[in-house]
Amino acid sequence: MSGEKLILPLAAIRPDDIDLAGGKGCALARLEREGIRVPFTIVVTTGAYQLFVDTHGLQERIFLELNRKAFADMRWEEIWDAALRIRNLFLTHPLPPALDHQLQDSLDRRFADRAAVIRSSAPQEDSAAASFAGIHESYVNVRGRARIVDHVRRVWASLWSDAALLYRQELGLRPESSSMAVLIQELVVGAYSGVMFTVSPMQEGQSVIEAVPGLNQGLVDGLVMPARWILDRETQAVVSHTPSAQSQAVFPADQGVRMASLAEPARQGDTLSTREIELIAEQGRRIESLFGAPQDVEWTLLDGQITVLQARPVTTTAAAKSDKRGWYLSLRRSFENLQQLRLRIEDELIPAMIREADELASADLDILDDEALAAEVRRRVDCNQHWSNIYWTDFIPYAHGARLFGQVYNDVVKPDNPYAFADLLADTPMESLARNRQLEELAGIVRAAPAVADNLRLGRLEHLPSSFRAALDAFVAQYGTLSSGVTGDREGGLADSTLVRLVITLAERSPQPPIRKTVDHEALAREFVESFPAEERDWAWSLLDLARSSYRLRDDDNIYLGRIEAQARRAAQAAAARLAGGGPEKAGAALQEALALMPLEKAASPDPGLTISPESSLRARQLVGQPAGPGMARGRARVVRSPGDLKAFQSEEILVCDAVDPNMTFVVPLAAGVVERRGGMLIHGAIIAREYGLPCVTGVPEVMQFVRTGDLMTVDGYLGIVIVSPSSPGADSASTSA
Amino acid sequence: MDAHETVRRDIAQLLSEQRLATLSTCNAQGHPYASLVAFDVTPDLAGIVFATSRATRKFANLTDNNHAAMLVENSRNQKSDIYEAMAVTALGVVSELSGTSQETAVAHYIRKHPHLTKFIQAPSTAVLQMAVDVFYLVNRFQKVMEYHVGRKADPAAGRDPAG
Repeated sequence: MSGEKLILPLAAIRPDDIDLAGGKGCALARLEREGIRVPFTIVVTTGAYQLFVDTHGLQERIFLELNRKAFADMRWEEIWDAALRIRNLFLTHPLPPALDHQLQDSLDRRFADRAAVIRSSAPQEDSAAASFAGIHESYVNVRGRARIVDHVRRVWASLWSDAALLYRQELGLRPESSSMAVLIQELVVGAYSGVMFTVSPMQEGQSVIEAVPGLNQGLVDGLVMPARWILDRETQAVVSHTPSAQSQAVFPADQGVRMASLAEPARQGDTLSTREIELIAEQGRRIESLFGAPQDVEWTLLDGQITVLQARPVTTTAAAKSDKRGWYLSLRRSFENLQQLRLRIEDELIPAMIREADELASADLDILDDEALAAEVRRRVDCNQHWSNIYWTDFIPYAHGARLFGQVYNDVVKPDNPYAFADLLADTPMESLARNRQLEELAGIVRAAPAVADNLRLGRLEHLPSSFRAALDAFVAQYGTLSSGVTGDREGGLADSTLVRLVITLAERSPQPPIRKTVDHEALAREFVESFPAEERDWAWSLLDLARSSYRLRDDDNIYLGRIEAQARRAAQAAAARLAGGGPEKAGAALQEALALMPLEKAASPDPGLTISPESSLRARQLVGQPAGPGMARGRARVVRSPGDLKAFQSEEILVCDAVDPNMTFVVPLAAGVVERRGGMLIHGAIIAREYGLPCVTGVPEVMQFVRTGDLMTVDGYLGIVIVSPSSPGADSASTSA
Repeated sequence: MDAHETVRRDIAQLLSEQRLATLSTCNAQGHPYASLVAFDVTPDLAGIVFATSRATRKFANLTDNNHAAMLVENSRNQKSDIYEAMAVTALGVVSELSGTSQETAVAHYIRKHPHLTKFIQAPSTAVLQMAVDVFYLVNRFQKVMEYHVGRKADPAAGRDPAG
């Protein structure tokens, strides 16, 4: 690697240097050569990226990470996890001395006291066939040498973000040839900024200019509604103007950017004069003519002069128009967006859900006639559907709070373990843990009183001491009998319920010490917050608080949703009982119809293809997933395909299932380890396993296909692998419950 | 293609593409030995044919103890081998071929290794075949599948190649 090619000024970039400076770098160099005003820019070339990656052997580590499984077998959560681990590689390795020296020298000369914008400029991005706009990271207003270098690393790492990996996969681009140049630009703060499409993506004969006060980030990140001008492409005459009453705009803060209120004039929406529109349009036309293709130009306006921040081809191919870039970008949520979501969830949705579940639970269904009961079933099914929809539209996206925190934590603390941040979240009180503590208390009573245990085993509930019976009933009132996999459901008799069976099994083993806390959460929290400059510490506390709320809700929401579903099932069970008892034919038809909407049998998890029979010639010996909870455990597998399988769960078995749901994690205190087909470090199975200090491997695609109840398994939660030994013939025959 | 067919196809492809295998043997005292052999596989994957001089240590070991392991892999001595390479370990019992079974095996072997015709036809060379009990297919660094050839799986047969 020739040293002089690591850092280059724009003037040294030739038009065919795309592989060295990326599309954005080459475009800016061309504009500068043509006398168009651009910010002062230095280019950290792809040679610098390659030197960094080669020095630390990162390419192999990245590909080892990405090739553990077939990409198609990886869920988004697993891709996010892999991206987080890769990002940490970039954050925790030092720059090679040659690069460090050249970069520091350039920064000392040009950016010692100037704010910088750090932009991605990958050779693959900004082609006419594919727009990577927003896929790779850019950072605005970064000050100080160390911070600028840190942000260069982050831009490098964004080549391997979840969004970038998915987008390249969709475009069929080979990750092996991916590289990244980075532009370090002087920050130019214009009065107004915006974009111009020299050909409107909506109408080919038109151009579009959009403008916002302050920095362009307001527009690019969708935080500020821009004013818009549609121009005739030939004459440049304004065809239409849509003003925007902007009350806020994005401006530089001490570091980074912030939203701030605007003075009155900008609120009128007359952001640009006719002359300024002409200037921008003229500049756009000139740039299009230079590059010979329609352009998407980012500009800022300062003292009547246009500065072009970047220019790239408008992506016009059908493939580019139909790509899913917008969806990939939606995977990233801003702090502000998540704060708004939190208010809605905590102040409106959760209280409403609890109210609704309580109201449904208190209704006496016995007093309803058949028609009214059928109507009640339908109402409850609709209610259940309503909250299921909210689960997907609001609760699932809110899980990004924990992810955003994880990324920020790693950026500032730079831990060796990219999942160290989970320790700060693990101390969060959760409904499922409170439920499990109550179960352990019930088991404690049974353990101390053999007569109670005997009565439970024999189903003689009427002989139970009244205090124990009251405690049992209180549990049922809150969480149900645990038989159907729906929290709050009281299906079947109590004597034969999963709850009673579980309490007996828990009581049969020695008392379990409370979950041992090995980390000082408060000390960790302080360490995190003190990694920020004094003026940003309040924000850091807010982010931690948001993350804890997001982490807690990710578990609690299923419990709340379970309670709603339990009430829909209660009405369906009443309808089924009414039908079984006979009645007028017409009412029976109405009940039948309503009952069809709410099947009482919970479906077993779908068979993921061919299930290998015990006689098959093919067996899994060692399967690969993701490490999701450290530790090693060996035990018999208990494959759970439907809630009914949980009843047979024995102490020290390995819980194997398609997807762990908080409504079934009551068996986890009994388990020796957890293995899940669904993947991710921040999914329920992983969260609850870590709470109990259990080894956990998630994202094992074939686990439900190849593992049978009774198989001897070793769970290696450090490496993310499970080793399977076939069960003995005896164990096979004893495992037919699956 | 289901998992069963995929694994069988991968094993068959690797065994037909690769020319050399690492043969592991053990003498009567339990001392191990490893050697490189040119091999051929029978069309039903049930047998792996190789040849050796009767004067070699591997032949002596196999005379003492006919249980053996054979490793076939396609690494290229690159860093990316760790996730790109595939390996198959075969476990089974080795016996010397004779008569028509030997003639058939030799004819097939020569098609794969024409330059070894003289070697395999020499009077001092023994033509051997491993009757494969089980294959272990390893790919993506750590994924291991167990494939039993031509019979129902016998749990007791599962010795651990990685162990």
